[in-house]
Amino acid sequence: MPSEAPPETPPEAPSEVTAPPGDPAAEHVPGHVADHAVDHVLEFPGGYTRTTGPVIGRFLTELRDARIVGVRTADGRVLVPPLEYDPATGEDVTGEFAEVGPAGTVQSWAWVGDPRPEHPLDRPFAWALVRLDGADTALVHAVDAGDARAMRPGLRVRPRWRAERTGHITDIESFVPEVTRITSPVRTEYRLRPGRALTRFLEGVARGVLLGCRCDSCGKVYVPYRLSCPECGVAITEERELPDTGTVTTFAINNLPDPRAPQVPFVSAYILLDGADVPLIALVGDVPAHEVRQGMRVRAVWAPRQEWAPAPLSMSNITWFAPTGEPDAEL
Amino acid sequence: MREVAVVAFAQTRHSAVDEGLSEPELILPVIEEVRRASGLRTFGFTCSGSCDYLAGAPFSFVSALDAVGAWPPISESHVEMDAAWALYEAWVRLQHGDVDSALVYGFGKPSQGDLRQIMTLQLDPYYLAPLGLDHVSYAALQASARGADRAELDEIVRRSRAAGRANPYALDLPDPEGDAFAVAPLRPYDVAPPADGAAAVVLAAGDLARSVCERPAWIRGIAHCMDSHYLGMRDLARSASAAEAARAAGAGKAQVDVAELHVRFSHEEPILREALGLDGASAAATEINPSGGPLAADPVMATGLIRIGEAARRIIDGAAGRALGHAASGPCLQHNLVTVMEG
Repeated sequence: MPSEAPPETPPEAPSEVTAPPGDPAAEHVPGHVADHAVDHVLEFPGGYTRTTGPVIGRFLTELRDARIVGVRTADGRVLVPPLEYDPATGEDVTGEFAEVGPAGTVQSWAWVGDPRPEHPLDRPFAWALVRLDGADTALVHAVDAGDARAMRPGLRVRPRWRAERTGHITDIESFVPEVTRITSPVRTEYRLRPGRALTRFLEGVARGVLLGCRCDSCGKVYVPYRLSCPECGVAITEERELPDTGTVTTFAINNLPDPRAPQVPFVSAYILLDGADVPLIALVGDVPAHEVRQGMRVRAVWAPRQEWAPAPLSMSNITWFAPTGEPDAEL
Repeated sequence: MREVAVVAFAQTRHSAVDEGLSEPELILPVIEEVRRASGLRTFGFTCSGSCDYLAGAPFSFVSALDAVGAWPPISESHVEMDAAWALYEAWVRLQHGDVDSALVYGFGKPSQGDLRQIMTLQLDPYYLAPLGLDHVSYAALQASARGADRAELDEIVRRSRAAGRANPYALDLPDPEGDAFAVAPLRPYDVAPPADGAAAVVLAAGDLARSVCERPAWIRGIAHCMDSHYLGMRDLARSASAAEAARAAGAGKAQVDVAELHVRFSHEEPILREALGLDGASAAATEINPSGGPLAADPVMATGLIRIGEAARRIIDGAAGRALGHAASGPCLQHNLVTVMEG
């Protein structure tokens, strides 16, 4: 039957509460078409009393003790949840109960993005057919998986029991996925000094100058300033001030937040300062990320001088590099 | 088996909103219409199908008898099911041979309540109803178990809604669009739109059928079968009971010209086509749900009877030689009734 009509003599009389319309005066407003609708509630106070019979009663009793049992059929299959008869044959079941689970496997599932008040969880969840280990049939229940992407056929789940159990199918609040991963927090603290070459360079930034150097052996101009040439392996002695303009040689659009960038996405780029032979890595700003390109001409955007921090030394005096509007350079 | 035919069928113009008619007021015009069409004022047997939980009142179907006229007392019965099963009971009653005519009607006003809340009440009260498992949720479980193809479902809804727009009794619904989910994988448009409505059928036996109808829709086979109520104890991707009912009703004995299927969720159509033998090359000539089916209007508790009525109508008006009406009840196509009619 598609629905169960109340029995002719219900254990408790149903209460049918019919409330009057909210605003009776509204019906008398000229031109107003009253819809005469009233609210009506059909409720059986305290709910129906239902006997469980020996088979369902055993299942619910075990559930109250946080165990799940199935019943064995004449041909040896284990029905979970147990029924008094084998749905395949209509024969009585054997009366032999077998503990199953508590873990099981999701066979198929449907995702509820918008739970209803009647649902077992108040956040998005999955309905699932769960075959508990040792059972030959599947149990219908909710899976609290957090996200639909966590659901798949074959997913291993276990019951999350209610602390207060009464012998009811909802003694299992929901199933939850088995543990397959953990999160490992990593955080260590350091105290860094920049080294002599970088200190020299940052001292330059602190007074508004980009300081590089030239190798006496190969002639390459490096920025930031360094004490030796990485190609020749010889000491560098010649300092050289470089302009704050340059050309983007390559870049990356970053979609993961970084404490040093104002927002995502942000662009980090290799910028070949005019007169240098190796690029400097820096942020590019004041331009949509998708417009940044190789060959783009840029200039450092210095923070207002009154905001320049005297210490510690850092690159924070340069907010980022921004396009100059000049034609692109050949690389 | 005594020859019994559908000789008259009528339905309301179904409405997605409460138009302020009581149940007897909803039923009265369709009863009058089938009385007029058949020329019969009284019937040997009367049977109705409805659901008290839709009205929110016990024995609400008794008040619906006001539309029939039950005095002096008539021989009357009711099923708390879709009225397709009232038709089955009436067909069985006519097999007794002592009466020759039966009036069958069904009605529902889902606009008065929350159908997802109400449909939960039909479920197993120990294992399923306490979970708040609603009908869209369990249908989504079935769609998922079936692995239904999204493009196929979209096309089923598009075709059903287009047919519904051409059917004056169905709702006027646009082509499906949007990528929101009701309960994934089902989208809101995969769910039959509930409507207030009613339908009536007159069955007549043998010579009475021939005398009141030029081309009666003779019931050559009628059978219903049921799967286990518990969703985890059957293969949700298929409907074994629909296949068994179709076999018992002899659906596969000859070509089916028209099939009206009780498809309340779009994924049920491929499951039913497969179960009823309406799939594949040999069945290509079968027209499925030319009325638009439930996806174009679902006057709950009359919807299954309307499938039989719509199939019969196409025989009565000469459009089809052999037609199949299907009705379903219970969660995930649990219970299926197949009626095969011929001109």
